[in-house]
Amino acid sequence: MPILTFIIVAVIKIALALFVLLTAVAYTVWLERKVVGHMQNRWGPTRVGPFGLLQPAADGVKFLFKEDLTPPHVYRPLFIAAPMIAVIFAVTSIAVIPFGNWITLGPIHTPMQITDLNIGLLVVLGITSLGVYGIALSGWSSNSKYSLLGGLRASAQMVSYEIALGLSLVGVLILSGTFSLRGIVESQAGHFWGFIPNWNLFRGGQFVAFFIYLMAAYAETNRIPFDLPEAETELVAGYHTEYSAMKFAMFFMAEYANMVTVACLASLLFLGGWSGPVFGPQIVQDILPLVWFVARIFVFLFIYIWVRGTLPRFRYDQLMSFGWKFLLPLAIANLVITATVVVLKK
Amino acid sequence: MLHLILFSVFGLVCVAGAVNLVLQRHPINSALSLVVVMGSLAVEYLLLGAEFVAAVQVIVYAGAIMVLFVFVIMLLNAGEEEHSEGSRVAWLLGVPGLLAFLVMICWVLLIHANIREAPLGALPGHPSEIAQLLFHEFLLPFEVTSVLVLIAIMGAVVLAAKPESVQATKKES
Repeated sequence: MPILTFIIVAVIKIALALFVLLTAVAYTVWLERKVVGHMQNRWGPTRVGPFGLLQPAADGVKFLFKEDLTPPHVYRPLFIAAPMIAVIFAVTSIAVIPFGNWITLGPIHTPMQITDLNIGLLVVLGITSLGVYGIALSGWSSNSKYSLLGGLRASAQMVSYEIALGLSLVGVLILSGTFSLRGIVESQAGHFWGFIPNWNLFRGGQFVAFFIYLMAAYAETNRIPFDLPEAETELVAGYHTEYSAMKFAMFFMAEYANMVTVACLASLLFLGGWSGPVFGPQIVQDILPLVWFVARIFVFLFIYIWVRGTLPRFRYDQLMSFGWKFLLPLAIANLVITATVVVLKK
Repeated sequence: MLHLILFSVFGLVCVAGAVNLVLQRHPINSALSLVVVMGSLAVEYLLLGAEFVAAVQVIVYAGAIMVLFVFVIMLLNAGEEEHSEGSRVAWLLGVPGLLAFLVMICWVLLIHANIREAPLGALPGHPSEIAQLLFHEFLLPFEVTSVLVLIAIMGAVVLAAKPESVQATKKES
């Protein structure tokens, strides 16, 4: 591929991925309000557009035109930088996530992915592990006790659960033998016993790892039942108490973008990525994997919202003992068993 | 060419971050400068072809250890440092020591002047190669390091735990 076409294709792919991610973030908020509303016997947003579908746009305009308050007692450089750090690291990890197979448009043959790195999974983990700075620094720079407590809780919680999360993924890595996300998906192609797909969840016996991953991921994204950093009943709004307007919206966007990334990773690593029945003419064959992938992400986002509508919040000591005394030993046991089985099979 | 430019730029960023780390008065700014140093070091590893080491550098140092640094600074709510004139011993020993160190670095660089540039990708960058080195050739040092880390953890627990006499008086009351 000549260099100019390469650059144009890359720019188009980046713009598309960003647009889709941000739209997905906006409509996940809508979906959450709608689903939680119905779970609590309410309607959720109904006024703006049919089924309240234009609510995200209205919210966006509202955030843009609201007064951007900066309290006088804050440490300004970090107070302004913190929401940017949060949203930048939340959005960047989309760069290595593959959405589907290769696509052919005339002379251009390109993967549905911004870039395929042979350390793709580690890049996602590295970038998301930097996201905690946004939350910790916002809590500290706000110079308010509620924000500080929220920031402290967030950094302790995210560092603790990162270990269980990382260990739960090692089993998948042992089975597939690569860090490339595309390679991991390709290692799960095919079926066994005729009809059960070769996903790591079934074939590899990684269901324990899958549940460890899901729970640790809820903690990493600060979602209920692990939303102690922003526990409304104790901390007003936690680390973003002092933020308003677009700066607050940035934290919101970062949280939902992280949810989408976590859902993408779960489907890529455990549920075979975009595998599914493919048929019809070439263009449909190219598009269908994307549809299967989006369907999986939708299921994960729905479970997120479902859990939010169902479970109460943990107490802080419960959170810590659950992470260190239950999830971590379980993840280590899963790792040892998986490694033993793989070695014995060889 | 692009490689060389990127390498130099991130080298400069790394050094600038390190200098800023020393010059900043507020501990949290210093900690963040250290994050910048770690990040640009990771980019340097990446440019040399050691992707795995680069990723681990970001995950372990920038993502975990420095978060704990920031956490402790936040917890103690450490304020700005006061500038002192510095001790006379530091001036007397530090300046000659620094000069000697610089001379030594220059000497080593001159001796190895025939090595022009690090060949890209020649470093053991693939995870399996690193695992081979760690778990076969350097197994003993690796295990000894783990014992060292364990001792450090136990030391931290001993230091952080309240002395038994305090616990006993608490129970009585």
